[in-house]
Amino acid sequence: MSTLIDGLSLGSIYALIALGYTMVYGIAKMLNFAHGDIIMVGTYAILTTMALCGFPAVAIVMAVIVCTILGIVVEKVAYKPLRGASPLAVLITAIGVSYLLQSIAQLIYGAKPQPVTLINFGHVTFGSTTLNISTLVTLGVAAVIMAGLTVFIKKTKTGRAMLAVSEDRGAAELMGIPVNKVITLTFGIGSALAAAASVFYLLQIPATSPTVGSLPGIKAFTAAVIGGIGSIPGAMIGGILLGVIEKVCMSIPALNPYTTAIEFSLLIVILLVKPTGLLGKKRREKV
Amino acid sequence: MALLTVEDLQVRYGLIQAIRGVSFEVNEGEVVALIGANGAGKTTIMHSICNLIPKAGGKVTFMDKDITNTPAHKLTYMGVAQVPEGRRIFQELTVAENLRLGAYTRKSKAEINASMEEMYERFPILKERSKQIAGTLSGGEQQMLATTRALMSRPKLLLMDEPSMGLSPLFVNIIFDMIKKVNEEGTTVLLVEQNAKKALSIANRAYVLEIGKMVKTGTGKELLEDDSIRKAYLGG
Repeated sequence: MSTLIDGLSLGSIYALIALGYTMVYGIAKMLNFAHGDIIMVGTYAILTTMALCGFPAVAIVMAVIVCTILGIVVEKVAYKPLRGASPLAVLITAIGVSYLLQSIAQLIYGAKPQPVTLINFGHVTFGSTTLNISTLVTLGVAAVIMAGLTVFIKKTKTGRAMLAVSEDRGAAELMGIPVNKVITLTFGIGSALAAAASVFYLLQIPATSPTVGSLPGIKAFTAAVIGGIGSIPGAMIGGILLGVIEKVCMSIPALNPYTTAIEFSLLIVILLVKPTGLLGKKRREKV
Repeated sequence: MALLTVEDLQVRYGLIQAIRGVSFEVNEGEVVALIGANGAGKTTIMHSICNLIPKAGGKVTFMDKDITNTPAHKLTYMGVAQVPEGRRIFQELTVAENLRLGAYTRKSKAEINASMEEMYERFPILKERSKQIAGTLSGGEQQMLATTRALMSRPKLLLMDEPSMGLSPLFVNIIFDMIKKVNEEGTTVLLVEQNAKKALSIANRAYVLEIGKMVKTGTGKELLEDDSIRKAYLGG
């Protein structure tokens, strides 16, 4: 039982990160491999704010602000000049941005992992199961964020414009939708979600280092592909699935050492059986 | 009065010059047709007017304003709507969502709802299917949706690119009746068509395009009766 809740909670962190990957892919048609490093920047924003003022709420708000601005700046400086360039050039740039962010963090904060204490919630006991409250908070808040995002995308004019751009950029432009602004907004939202993920990450593992975003980033990317890259519900389902699998594997002693291998094998299996991912649609070829 | 003026338009795809200095104008209230064979450059002209593809030269004026470099989304605000070739409706969204996106440039919710009701009244099939995913509509229904979607922005100038492509004769007639009606209600129409006979029958004036150049112009009736046009485009 507690394994399942731990898995759902970890999965909702992956889902939040995966949403950033999938939304950016859907709308800008690029894989933003620097996305994981936005989480890393979020953790350092929290570290610095906590050291300066000590209020967790302020630190969380700072993380969201810093990450959102960083996401938008990266898009404007690194990706926008490459719009229309070959996907490979954009991909390499994204990897470059990833290393750039890691190196900057290392210059400022050093390479050594540092502890970050945000909030210590303690734990609760229901009968025989003991749960960390932070796990429940993560699960609850992530669920609210994802529900909010779904409503925003489905019900608001801006959300519909995002869906339109993701399906057909040219046709969206003909409707009067300012495509560049929509892309900027998407990077902003994706980075804000990454900031939220950095908060939840620190609640689970209260330490950071310049490469802290890499593994969650790669796993969330895997989750996005499993769910169907470009699909918003797909990213949520893929993330949660991966989180549950990870925690379940870790709880079984025989499987524990192979956890990461099992997760990535799942990706390979999905790619073989259903290359578009669980909820991915086959896109109509355009002439 | 000329609503849209295109002067010496040139478009290149790499080394290939697809449009070699095309000039034409569309006057307020007209239906103007651009006809020509496959590959003559009709769609290229439509895309380059709206800056969906870059121009290599020339000047485009709409309502006396230079719109040569105005991005597509700003043109929609100025009153230019395009029904693109291949319809390009948002397949994964519902019919109603498609129509709402068509009204993206408009502010008043009440007016948008009124326009939607008006479209539903005119095309009851769209009302029936309003909650359906647009990709599930038939080709003809999709063309109808693409056209009404463009009308939702209340354009002064409607650019229609190959509306008859891939449609059954029944739907071709429905779509052309629609264009005629839209025009009678005051919208100026620039129509690009391979179905020259149909296009010329509703056009006030037409231009004939051959491999990136205008070769002939006249009223719809003149061109319908022109021997060389008849041979080349109307099947003898």
